[in-house]
Amino acid sequence: MILQGKKGLVLNVTNKNSIGWAIAESFHSHGAEVGVGAQNERMRERVDELVADFDHMHSVQVDFGFEEQLEALASHVEQKWGQIDFLVHSAAFANREDLEGRFVDTSREGFALALDVSAYSLVALCRHMEPVLADDASVMTVSYLGSTRAVGNYNVMGIAKAALEASVRYLAVDLGTRGIRVNTLSPGPINTVAARGVKGLLGMITTVHDRAPLKRPFGQEETATSAVYLASDLSKGVTGQIIFIDSGYNFVGL
Amino acid sequence: MADDIFERVKKVVCAELDVQEGEVTESSNFIADLGADSLDVVELVMAFEEEFKIDIPDDEVTKLATVGDAVEYIKSKIA
Repeated sequence: MILQGKKGLVLNVTNKNSIGWAIAESFHSHGAEVGVGAQNERMRERVDELVADFDHMHSVQVDFGFEEQLEALASHVEQKWGQIDFLVHSAAFANREDLEGRFVDTSREGFALALDVSAYSLVALCRHMEPVLADDASVMTVSYLGSTRAVGNYNVMGIAKAALEASVRYLAVDLGTRGIRVNTLSPGPINTVAARGVKGLLGMITTVHDRAPLKRPFGQEETATSAVYLASDLSKGVTGQIIFIDSGYNFVGL
Repeated sequence: MADDIFERVKKVVCAELDVQEGEVTESSNFIADLGADSLDVVELVMAFEEEFKIDIPDDEVTKLATVGDAVEYIKSKIA
């Protein structure tokens, strides 16, 4: 029970296929107490159904777009736990029309929206949660290789992920003074409802699995076990890093 | 076989869209008749993929407007 006695939040979850849900379940199975996030009331009903089967899970509701909701979340943590040991950020959004075709056609509004929801949300979350993060807490987010490679159709989300990964490094510096670690999980393409917003996702998944060095699939479960490592004291010397969970696809040339 | 697929599709639709079996006919439009939004449609498609062990590419998804469309498409994939 590598996370025994640890408690924290996984934000946010849409359904049972969400990467966040796999992480929450995995943390719980390793002994953690987990608050599982939902973006709005409709999502909260679903998350409530998911957490109902688990003794040490509960739902929380937060939309990263609203400062007051982040403030309320910090109060909830303070009242329930005092401080938390891990904080998982797993959230992104872009308009569907910005996730296909030519990146050059991205509108100013679409660009700002994607960056705000997918990158600034981590910054705002960390600012509000900093007072309730334990010394030595572990913060992590979820990104994708499209941050450093031009991946067809991923488009503006790639730029948002680049900003997200850069934010992780700057946050790691700021929070590092208290021993708090901030890292990035970077799974290969996984079939989730969020990822299906990217046109041609299924083809991307097939290509990556065909070319990756490890000839076994990766998905939610493999991402979640790496998240357990990052949440645990086994990674206490690791901060500001990107952990790829893609069967090695990221470094292969031809 | 075809009826069997319709019944399985109907079950998936009822579970995903929170509607009653009686509301679901071949001609039911997921959005106009069964109240699905864009998120529901993606989740529905993924539920079909899981139920029938198939992949439904994006170009095909846009063609699946009604329950009947889904039944026909699934039949063509698993025949």
